[in-house]
Amino acid sequence: MITFDGVTKRYADGTVAVDHLSLEVPTGEITVFVGPSGCGKTTSLRMINRMIDATEGRILLDGVDVKTIDPPTLRRGIGYVIQQAGLFPHRKIVDNVATVPHLLGWDRKKARDRAMELLERVGLDLKLADRYPFQLSGGQQQRVGVARALAADPPVLLMDEPFSAVDPIVRASLQEELLRLQAELNKTIVFVTHDIDEAVKLGDRVAVLRVGGHLAQLDAPSTLLARPADDFVREFLGRDRGIRRLSFVTDEGVRLRTDLTVPASAEISSVRDTAEPWLAVVDEENRPLGWVSVKDLPESGTLADARPAPYGTFVRGRDSLRAALDATLLSPSRSAIAVDDSGRVEGVATREALDEALDKVAGGAGA
Amino acid sequence: MHEEPLVRWDWIGRNWPNIQVLLEDHVVMSLVPIVVGLLVALPLGLACVRWRWLYQPTVGVMNVVYSLPSLAVFIVLIPVTGLATRTTVMIPLTFYAMAVLIPAVVDGLTAVPDHVRQSAVAMGFTPLRRLLRVELPIAVPVVLAGLRVAAVSSISLVSVGALVGRGGLGYLFIDGWQRQFYTPIIVGIVLVVLLAAVADMLLVLAQRLLTPWSRARGSA
Ligand SMILES: Nc1ncnc2c1ncn2[C@@H]1O[C@H](COP(=O)(O)OP(=O)(O)O)[C@@H](O)[C@H]1O
Ligand SMILES: [Mg+2]
Repeated sequence: MITFDGVTKRYADGTVAVDHLSLEVPTGEITVFVGPSGCGKTTSLRMINRMIDATEGRILLDGVDVKTIDPPTLRRGIGYVIQQAGLFPHRKIVDNVATVPHLLGWDRKKARDRAMELLERVGLDLKLADRYPFQLSGGQQQRVGVARALAADPPVLLMDEPFSAVDPIVRASLQEELLRLQAELNKTIVFVTHDIDEAVKLGDRVAVLRVGGHLAQLDAPSTLLARPADDFVREFLGRDRGIRRLSFVTDEGVRLRTDLTVPASAEISSVRDTAEPWLAVVDEENRPLGWVSVKDLPESGTLADARPAPYGTFVRGRDSLRAALDATLLSPSRSAIAVDDSGRVEGVATREALDEALDKVAGGAGA
Repeated sequence: MHEEPLVRWDWIGRNWPNIQVLLEDHVVMSLVPIVVGLLVALPLGLACVRWRWLYQPTVGVMNVVYSLPSLAVFIVLIPVTGLATRTTVMIPLTFYAMAVLIPAVVDGLTAVPDHVRQSAVAMGFTPLRRLLRVELPIAVPVVLAGLRVAAVSSISLVSVGALVGRGGLGYLFIDGWQRQFYTPIIVGIVLVVLLAAVADMLLVLAQRLLTPWSRARGSA
C-alpha cells in the first residue's frame, strides 16, 4: 500500500504542484491519477520514487517513509514506465529489459532468461530481442518499456501516460494487455493519464485531480460516473457519462427469454402462428445463426431456408449492460442474443428486459 | 638541359629510411595531441554540462586559441620548450584538438534524450553509473565525429612545424622548395593525405564497431 499523507510539493519558483494530497493506493490494485495537464499528476507520481522530493508531508510504502530509503535502492524496487518508453538506444531490447536485474547484480544468464520471459509475457516476438530500440514501432517500444519495468518483479509499478503517444488502436490493445497482465501479476499500480476514458477503463479506483494539485474525487469508476462530487468532476467526465457508466454494470440483472429461439431444422409451418414478430434461429449446436421476421417467412421449408438477418450478441455473466445494449442496436429485432463463453445461446434479452435493467441502474444512481 | 621527371623514384628509394623516420615522427606528433586533447576534453566537457555557466567561457577561450596562427604559437613556445622539439609542436595541436572536442563532448552529452536520462534515474542508476553506462555511450557518435575532424586537422597542421624545425613530413615540403625539386613535395603530400585517410577510416570503423545502434538510424 502507498499512502500519501498531507503531501505538498512547492517548486523553487513558488508553483504549488501538489497541495496537501492525502490518499491511499491499495496493494494489488490499479489506482489512476487523472486530471487536466499541469494538475500535478507527474509530480505526485515522481514523489513516490523520490525523483522529486515532497516539500511537506510523507509518502509511505507499506508503512515505511520513502525518505528513509536511499533513492537508487528505492527505485530498483519500483517499476517505472513513461510516455516515450525511455528505452536506452544503445542497448539491445533484451538488455534494455534486463537493466534492473543487472543493477541488482543478477548473473547474466539469469537476467537474460528473465528478460526473454518478460518479452514473451508482454506479447512481443522473441526475434525482436536482439534488435535495437530504433528498429521497433512505438507500440512495440512501449511493450518493451512495460517488460523492463516488470523485470525485477517489483511489487509497485508507476506509469506516467505510458500509452498517450501511440495511435488509438495500438493504445486499446496495450490497455487490454495491461489488464490481462495485472490479472496475473496483481501489482500495486499507480497509473497517470489525462484521458478520462483510459482512467475509467483501467482503474480499480480513479483519483481526479484539479489544477493546483487538489484531489477532487477518489472513487471506483462506476461511482465516479454515477455520482461526480462536483461540477469540475462532472465536466471532466464529459457528456455521455450515463452511457459510459453502463460499462461498469453487469448484465446479471437482465431477464432472458428462452422461448424466442428456434432450431434451423424446424418447419416454417410450425412457427408461422406465433405472436412474436422476430425469432432467433440457432444451429444444431445451439449457436446463433440470426434473426428471422415471421411475417416475411417463405411459404414452406425449414427455417434454414429463411436467410436469417444479422444479429448482436453479448456474453452472459461477462459483458456489461452497455455491451448488451449495443448488441440490440445491431439486430433488426432490437433484441440481443445472450451467449455463454463458448458461444452457445442462453436466451434473448428483449428491449423490455433491458429497459427494466436500465431502470434499476438509474434508480441506484440517485440522480 | 634535359627534361626533369616529375617524380624521381630513385630519390625515393635512396631516401626511404629517412622518409620513414619523418612519417613516424608525423604520426606521433599528430596522434598524441588528439589523445591528450580527448582526455582533457572529456572531464572539461562533463564539467561544462554539469555547470552550464562554464560552457560559454570555455568555448570562448577555445575559439580564441583556435584562431591563433599555429606558426605564431610555435615561435612563442620556442624559448620555453625549445627549437625543433616535438613538445613545441604538440602543445598547440593539443589545444586545437580540445577546441574541437570539448564542444563535441558537450553536444554529445546534451543530445541524450531527456526521457532516456529520466528513465535511467527511475530505474535506480547511481549518477556515476548513469554517466558511464548510459550518457557517455550515447554521446559516442557525436564525440567520434568531432574526433574525425580533430584527427585530420591535426595531421595536416603538424607539417607547419617544419618552419620551426620539427614538422614530420612537412620537412619534405621545405626541402623540396629550397632545392626547387618536386619529388619530396609530392611524396610529402601523398603521405599526409594517406595518413589522414587511414586515420579517418579507422575512426569510421571504430564508430561502426562501437555504435551499431546508430549506424542504421539514418536509413531507418
Ligand atoms: N521543475 C519544475 N519547476 C517549476 N514548476 C514545475 C516543475 N515541474 C512541474 N512544474 C509545474 O507544476 C505543475 C504540475 O506539473 P506536473 O506534475 O508535471 O503536471 P501534470 O503531470 O499533471 O501535467 C505545473 O504547473 C508545472 O508547470
Ligand atoms: Mg505529466
